[in-house]
Amino acid sequence: MGRFHRHRDGTVHEHEHDRGDHSGYDTGTERIEVLERIFDENDHCAAQNRADLAAAGAHAVNLMSSPGAGKTTLLAAALATLTAELRVGVIEGDIETSLDADRLAGLGAVVELVNTGTGFGGECHLDAPMVRSALTRLPLADLDLVLIENVGNLVCPAEFDVGEHARAMIYSVTEGEDKPLKYPVMFRSADVVFMNKVDLLPHLELDVDLFMRNLRAVNPSAPVIAVSAHTGEGVDDCVAWLRSV
Amino acid sequence: MHELALCGAIADIVARRAGERPVTAVHVRIGELRQVVPDTLSFCWTMVTQDTDLDGARLEVDRVTALLRCRDCGAEHPMPDAISFACAGCGSLAVDVVRGEEFDITALELARV
Repeated sequence: MGRFHRHRDGTVHEHEHDRGDHSGYDTGTERIEVLERIFDENDHCAAQNRADLAAAGAHAVNLMSSPGAGKTTLLAAALATLTAELRVGVIEGDIETSLDADRLAGLGAVVELVNTGTGFGGECHLDAPMVRSALTRLPLADLDLVLIENVGNLVCPAEFDVGEHARAMIYSVTEGEDKPLKYPVMFRSADVVFMNKVDLLPHLELDVDLFMRNLRAVNPSAPVIAVSAHTGEGVDDCVAWLRSV
Repeated sequence: MHELALCGAIADIVARRAGERPVTAVHVRIGELRQVVPDTLSFCWTMVTQDTDLDGARLEVDRVTALLRCRDCGAEHPMPDAISFACAGCGSLAVDVVRGEEFDITALELARV
């Protein structure tokens, strides 16, 4: 049932409304336009993180993957070489345990753990404030590179800028060809893809060409580096990329 | 499940903008390329606002379809059903997202006091 009503600009017309009346007169509610970006607070904090890193002369790389793709194993393999040339800090995001951080201890990097389980609804990703709190505990002025190991998850981490300078994705060949199409946002946001576990390729039926076509459909330019954290093949290429950030 | 964290961020912004006034509805605009599940967001919104000043405020979600523009041929087209950022016209991979990445609060409905 439409009804006539007057708008603030003086026009009067009749039409249907789902609820109430948008004229702003004679109703219990008033609509106000706001337009605020919901990620604003996170993105401000991310910008601060980036500025603090820059002031300290350090670069940061956000490492993202699904659970079990080999982030920590690859990180451990890379640290052995990286720490010989660079001063490296690691921010380790994990839901509950310090298992991954423990695996990285003694490899020459300063490791800070962020347990996201205590964050409000933050169990699936790192956000900029979490990384900020870890950054304040790291001796930033003494570091050249900060590697941020995100929570294993192909959805949520892609949405949160944490103040990194580059994003590296670890994709393992056991994950199939269609992952880029199922998780386009994350694959699109990657600056490099480390294709891990390539030592397993002879035992799999993975169509690498099809994976590459799917990847290019969402991300035309990210270099793909074949690596096996297990055998060490390609680790030097990953290290070279991380050094070049 | 970052919807819970997102609802926390929405609630913070709404509380700041609304001040003391009771909120009856919150309008958000979410681009198709945002990985937000509207039903999950609504569920989390109820959870996050329960027993707070925002208890009972509706969350109205407005989805925005994606629009791509080719840098080579200038063609604009929506995201195809089979996700691809390649230009539907010339096949170029140099494509910009014109629309579809929004994640904004657009309006509040406040009770008159």
